[in-house]
Amino acid sequence: MTDFLLELRSEEIPARMQAGARAELEKLFRAQLSAAGLETGDLTIWSTPRRLALIARDLPEATAAVSEELKGPRSSAPPQALEGFLRKTGLTQDQLEDRDGVYFAVIDKPGRATAEVLAEAIPAIVRAFAWPKSMRWGKESASSESLRWVRPLSGIVAIFGEDLVECEVSGISAGFATRGHRFHCPGEITIGSASDYAEKLRACHVIVDHEERQNIIRDGAAKAAADAGLTLVEDEGLVIENAGLTEWSVPLLGRFDEAFLEVPPEVIQLTARVNQKYFVVNSADGKLANGFVCTANIDAVDGGAEIVAGNRKVLAARLSDARFFWEQDQKKTLAQHAEKLANITFHEKLGTVADKVERVAKLAEWLASEGIVPNCDPALARQAAELAKADLVTEMVGEFPELQGLMGGYYARAEGLPDAVADAIRDHYKPVGQGDDVPTAPVTVAVALADKLDTICSFFAINEVPTGSKDPFALRRAAIGMTSLIMANGLRMDVLLTAFQTVLRDGREPNPYQWSEEKRDALDQIVTLFDPSAALKAIVELTKDSNSPEEIAERQQASFERALNTAALVRDFVLDRLEVAQKAIGTRFDIFRAALIIDGDRGIDSDVVRLLARVKALQAFMATEDGTNLLAGYKRAANILKQAGKDAVIPAKAGIAGDGESTMAAPASAGATEMDKALLAALDAAEPAASAAVADERFTDAMAALASLRAPIDAFFDGVMVNDPDEDVRAYRLGLLSRFTGAVHGVADFSKIEG
Amino acid sequence: MADGADKTPLSFQDMILTLHAYWAARGCAILQPYDMRVGAGTFHPSTTLRSLGPEPWNVAYVQPSRRPTDGRYGENPNRLQHYYQYQVILKPSPADLQEQYLGSLAAIGIDPLLHDIRFVEDDWESPTLGAWGLGWEVWCDGMEVTQFTYFQQMGGFDCKPVAGELTYGLERLAMYIQNVDNVYDLRFSDAVGDVAAVSYGDVFLENEKQFSKWNFEVADTDTLFAGFKAAEAECQRAIEANVPLAAYDQAIEASHLFNLLQARGVISVQERANYMARVRDLAKGSCKAWIDSQSERWTAKHPGWTL
Repeated sequence: MTDFLLELRSEEIPARMQAGARAELEKLFRAQLSAAGLETGDLTIWSTPRRLALIARDLPEATAAVSEELKGPRSSAPPQALEGFLRKTGLTQDQLEDRDGVYFAVIDKPGRATAEVLAEAIPAIVRAFAWPKSMRWGKESASSESLRWVRPLSGIVAIFGEDLVECEVSGISAGFATRGHRFHCPGEITIGSASDYAEKLRACHVIVDHEERQNIIRDGAAKAAADAGLTLVEDEGLVIENAGLTEWSVPLLGRFDEAFLEVPPEVIQLTARVNQKYFVVNSADGKLANGFVCTANIDAVDGGAEIVAGNRKVLAARLSDARFFWEQDQKKTLAQHAEKLANITFHEKLGTVADKVERVAKLAEWLASEGIVPNCDPALARQAAELAKADLVTEMVGEFPELQGLMGGYYARAEGLPDAVADAIRDHYKPVGQGDDVPTAPVTVAVALADKLDTICSFFAINEVPTGSKDPFALRRAAIGMTSLIMANGLRMDVLLTAFQTVLRDGREPNPYQWSEEKRDALDQIVTLFDPSAALKAIVELTKDSNSPEEIAERQQASFERALNTAALVRDFVLDRLEVAQKAIGTRFDIFRAALIIDGDRGIDSDVVRLLARVKALQAFMATEDGTNLLAGYKRAANILKQAGKDAVIPAKAGIAGDGESTMAAPASAGATEMDKALLAALDAAEPAASAAVADERFTDAMAALASLRAPIDAFFDGVMVNDPDEDVRAYRLGLLSRFTGAVHGVADFSKIEG
Repeated sequence: MADGADKTPLSFQDMILTLHAYWAARGCAILQPYDMRVGAGTFHPSTTLRSLGPEPWNVAYVQPSRRPTDGRYGENPNRLQHYYQYQVILKPSPADLQEQYLGSLAAIGIDPLLHDIRFVEDDWESPTLGAWGLGWEVWCDGMEVTQFTYFQQMGGFDCKPVAGELTYGLERLAMYIQNVDNVYDLRFSDAVGDVAAVSYGDVFLENEKQFSKWNFEVADTDTLFAGFKAAEAECQRAIEANVPLAAYDQAIEASHLFNLLQARGVISVQERANYMARVRDLAKGSCKAWIDSQSERWTAKHPGWTL
């Protein structure tokens, strides 16, 4: 068993690509060796800015010999068949074995030397290597076929045991020689084997193990800060990036002018991190201190004094720019900045950012005044929404787009706007992803919700909807943000209705909200309660008797239709994202879908809070024995009803009169049993209990009411035959079952539940 | 030229002379700046057009670069609307390009065991030239001092072979070497006998004040718009007349007028992309015409070469 070392040396590999490159090297190496029949055990893979290294331990000297047996034609077959077989196998007739009148070819493939396999594998790996971006270089690049690599590939070390694996790629031959640190040990060094590789490099100021460099940076930066009485602000991304930029990592602490601390700490941290890849530090009180930690790539002859001085100067220039932006931006109020939003296109079909801001402001104000966002001052919601995007045109956000919102919050506070407004401006983009903080301050919630709702509805209205992996306007994220806001704040709103009103309010459609309050309420009722096609019919009725001229009524109906269709699409989209998010936290999708349906076929429940309460109660119920048995009873009942066909279930026989009261006793033929009576009694008790509980959104109680049907339905199926020869009895029992499934549907659509 | 052995850092002009000597010794023809207003050394036809085609090309030159929007009326110690780039083109890119480059830093007085030199990923793209390449920005103690690029495409055409481009920010480097915090305090030249030293401010402070004012406030936008249109039309005429070098001059002109219009704040965000596309079309058209005019010669001298 022998160890193998491969080093692919190149000009500086971007730090962000090194982890991916290690994974790619491992994948390709394993694939190459496994294709040759070689097992690869544990691989060690390292990276520095200038090399990728792989060590495979305990490889066999050769692949195992294999014997392959091929069945040929019968010996009595025509000669052409034999000739074909000989051509295929490359053998002569006397090399074949005749076994009971059938030719067999036995081909022994001897094992191949591992070194030979590696010599073929290395060029194949290099050529197949997938980089996020690759390039050509040098005189070979005169041809389009020249090798592509992330940056020029400059050397290959390939040693199996202590022997060179001879191979060549694009004019680069494998050898024993590599190079040490670019400045400390620029000359060639000779590697003996996998076992001395890391130590020889270490002696030449290269720590080849990226994790070791990460540890040095993590610990060294923390120590440098602690030695100065400061605390490092940890940043694992910076640790990895700096380890990817250095072969000999030396963290150094520097200080900057305290006067810069007047700039918001987020700005300083971002400037230091993004532009300079520095860590920042806190003082003992937890506030940002005037220090930074940079990571040098050398042991400087002066201990790093010049390096720190240089870096300090660069940071000072950056912070001067930041301070200039900070001061410049505050020379105008946010309202003045916001005027410029009229020059920025939001989307060619959706107007400018100023147009969007006005839509969001109206919507936020409405969400507050309707009480959808409780305890929210509508005027503050409008004010915050009007200013929420103003920072997009400030110098600071132009320089650091990731500070959008945050800077607006700072500027709002600096000009003396109410805290609720400043907070809302700062946080209205939240939540940005799953795991991000979800706002709870009412004004913030109103603006954040209005912003997302407007974005989703606007793009759906112009048919720019996410497809497959394409979601250029991040509508999926907006939908998740919207449902998170609704859930975290227990907001009672129907997504369909709200979307409908959002679309109608955006100014492109005639506005029904000039109607009388009564009529508006009627409209809201229609939209909320039914599925869109039913709602549309009702709306047509509603608009018919309006006093407006026919033409206007028609236009209005058409705009309702468009708005309603868009709203239904938005509802389905939002609920779909909710389902995905729920699935991720362990909700069964079948239960989610069962809870989605309100009261049989009446519609989809797009009140997210109510929906999730139902989902939760249902999932808990389905985890109980009562639940699973009831489901079994339900499925059986549904099957029998399905087989009987719709016509067999005559409502009058179902045991309920038109007013819903139980009227029917056992049929005259007296075929009814105790089991029939017991189920009837149970239904009479459970139905009102369940529907009252549903109306009050006491879904656990509703489940309990359904649970009371479990014993009677089980006894019913055990004790009676539904398809009784007596027509009346049969109809009666089908009626009972129909009432039973109806009672269940009143709580959730059990037909969607699996099991 | 000052003796490199003494401890006094090089003056601005001596730094340039040192780089000239360094790259001349490595086979570069030392060219002079292009005589038009350009935004970067890359616009010099010696880079743009000569990076196309199979012929070797090794040149170095200083290029005054104009960035109207970067003007700060002479009040910012780091930002200028006119500054100098030192440009080196080595085609095809030599295997030891990084080492040659680091040698040039040593030549102007940067000790890599005292200062932290780093190659940090920075992919270069010029939307107005239809060009891109991969490489780095070179950091010296955290400051970007050079853009280091392997050209992959120019004017939308593959570079075959690839050229290595080094673009030094001369003022930044000089500020570093001379250890001054304000660009106007740079020693441009040293005192010699009775003749006093000249500072960068002596040469350029007044220019920065006047040109910032002209760029941002004075330049007549109607004239600029008309000039843009005229350059665009003339570029097309020159392409049709098969004089691509002249056509390219007009592309440069249009590009600079576009930059001035931006500084005047009269190009909206929506229009910006449109103007850039128009400039790119001119640059691409010029590159295409250049290739067409040279192809026969190229393929005769380099059989087997294809676009």
